[in-house]
Formats: sequence, structure tokens, C-alpha cells
Amino acid sequence: FTPVLQGVSGCIIKLGMGDSEVGGKLTRMVFVTVGTTSFDALVRAVDTEQVKQILYARGYTHLLIQMGRGTYNPTKSHGEDGLVVDYFSFSSSIADHLKSASLVISHAGSGSIFETLRLGKPLIVVVNEDLMDNHQIELAEELAERKHLYCARPQTLHQTIESLNLESIIPYTPGDAKPVAALINRFLGFPED
Amino acid sequence: MDSSVTIATVILSISLILSRILYVIYWSGRPLRNKSLGPVSTLIVLGSGGHTAEMLNVLSVLQKDLFSPRFYIAAATDNMSLQKARTYENQLADKNEAEVDKIAQFMQIYRSREVGQSYFTSVWTTLIATLHALWLMIKIRPQVILCNGPGTCIPLCLIAFIFKVLGIRWSSIFYVESIARVKRLSLSGLILYKLYVADQFFVQWPQLQRIYPRAHYVGCLM
Repeated sequence: FTPVLQGVSGCIIKLGMGDSEVGGKLTRMVFVTVGTTSFDALVRAVDTEQVKQILYARGYTHLLIQMGRGTYNPTKSHGEDGLVVDYFSFSSSIADHLKSASLVISHAGSGSIFETLRLGKPLIVVVNEDLMDNHQIELAEELAERKHLYCARPQTLHQTIESLNLESIIPYTPGDAKPVAALINRFLGFPED
Repeated sequence: MDSSVTIATVILSISLILSRILYVIYWSGRPLRNKSLGPVSTLIVLGSGGHTAEMLNVLSVLQKDLFSPRFYIAAATDNMSLQKARTYENQLADKNEAEVDKIAQFMQIYRSREVGQSYFTSVWTTLIATLHALWLMIKIRPQVILCNGPGTCIPLCLIAFIFKVLGIRWSSIFYVESIARVKRLSLSGLILYKLYVADQFFVQWPQLQRIYPRAHYVGCLM
């Protein structure tokens, strides 16, 4: 049995992981995280009316932005006629925010990516094109090709959200370090398990 | 006459050193014939963010009593990684801190160059960082080195290699390329692979193994 509720935009929304109902009101939070970096281009992109309207139209109610060392402050909102928007720089409870999110929009750091995938949350990774040695694109694109997440640039984020199809996401099976350990043990002459 | 003796001596020494280096490279890639099966002192080089998470994943499946004592090294500017390692060790020892001190040590190392530092001043900082790495390696003389990408592992691994050549300590160097590297190796990985410094070289994506055939493909760690 999947609870079905009438979403804000009028469409039917299935309750997914992270959605919560407080006092009969459905909360669907979008959590944006840039980790320890500064990534103002991403914060600016989610702060545009265009992106906020698409998110609201898709049934999201809250937008929480972790802006790291960035200097661009997004506009706060109490959600009178749209999303409730809030932001902060750093927090020790990123894991809790990830857990309560219905959608995560993240920078391309491998820590954030795998933490979100392990929680089974829909994830859009936004690549920072201003970084000099931007090898992180490789990881985001590889995982996007395997349909574990969506990959976007700040300027294409609105299109990605618009075409977001949560059904097409293939859940990520967490890897493990046992093969590495077995090879190390074999090399050193230790028992392999 | 004197000069020809000198030249002969020089040539002889160089060929001796070269053959010793080739000998070390030849045996480095081969499994140890470890008959004692006793615990090995292990140096673990930590880097920021994702690197540390991956390394702790590897550690979590190794038998802790065989890889002991453990020395953790992170860059002096990196406050988070050693903290995470300490938390991990405390969990292992079930919060018995006196126990932790016996089997795990946590050290910081100077970095040769910070982001944005000028090349002129980095000559000095590189020198200091190298001497610091040498000092730490003389103190630790690890039998096993585990590293996965941060630049701080380069001086430590190169010194470990020189120790092997000089016969000071034979250590097995395991390098796990970060999961973030899908198509190209990191600079650290490339150096350790090309110079045959890593005894075993692991990659997490099959594409990389095809380009670097001496690497072992081990699947994703995360």
C-alpha cells in the first residue's frame, strides 16, 4: 500500500522515502549541498525563480541550501506562495538533512554522492565547471550513465529538474572493500578472509 | 691512471645501485614469502573528504590484529581526517582510550605546497616537508603502507622505496586509486604506478584497468 496524496500542484504524488506528513500537510524537502567547497554558481542556480517554480510545480514544498564557503546568500522565504526556502553554511547534521530530503542536489564530491546514494535518495549532481582540475565530472557522468543519478551544470539545472523521472533511477548497490582486503592479505601471506 | 680508477669506481657504483633498484622493483610486485605471519606495522596515509571515507572502508575489512600497530598520517592543514580515524579507532577499542594509544598513533605532516602558494616559497616548504616525511619514516619504518591518493603520500612512498633500496626496511606499498578517478589516474597514482613504487595498485573502475594493465580492478569501495 502506497499512500497517495493530492499534491500542491494538483497532480497525484506517491509518498516516497523522505516525504513526511506533519499535521496533515505534506513536506517534501529539496536539500542542496556543496560540502566544504564554495559553489556560488549552484546556489545562484537553485535561487532562481525558474528553478524554484519548477520544484514547487513538481510538488516539493521546502528548499534547504547548505552553501559552504560560498558568499552568495539566497533569498529566504516562508513559503507564502511557493517554496519555503532556508539556508546555512555548515552543519554537523548533514546526514540528518540528507535523510529527511526527498530530493538531493549536490556538488560532485564523492563523499556527498555516495552518502546520498546509500540512502537511496534521488540525486542531481551539479558539476562545478570553475574548478581547475575537474576530474569530478568523470565520476558524476559515469554514475549518470549507469542511471544511479542525474548529472547537470548550473545553467542546465532547471531542464534536468523538469525532465526528472524518478522511476528511471536504478538504485545503487553499495560496493565493498573485501576484494581489496583479500588481495592485500594474499600478498602479505595472511589468511584471505 | 688515477682518473681511470675513479671512473671505473663511479661506473661500478652506479651499476651496483641500478641493479639494486632493479632488484627492488622486481621483488616489490611479488607476494611476500611471509613465514612468520606476525602482525605488521602499518602506515595509513589519509586525505580529505572522500579519500578518508574510502580508506576507513578498506581498514574496516582488514584484520586489525594483523595490521598493528597502525600509524595514521594526514596533512597538517587537514583537521578532519585524523579526527575521523581517531573516532574509528575508539570504536574498535570500545572507547578504551589507553588501549587505542598502544595500537594506533596519529600524526600530521607538512605539505610541500598549499593551494595558491607561490613557486618560489614552495622550494623551501618542499624541503621542509621532505625532511619531515623522512623523520616520520625513520621513526615509523612501516612494514605496510596503505594510501589512496592525497599528495602527501608521494614523499612517504618514495622514502619507503629508498629504504628498500638501502636495505633499511622492506615495506609493501598498497595504493588504492580513488573512486572519483574513472578515466584517468590522479597525479599521485600516476607517479606511483609509473615509477613501480606501489607493490600493488588497485583501481575501482574497469576502464582504468584497461589502460593500466598492472593495476588490479577491485570494484567500487563505496
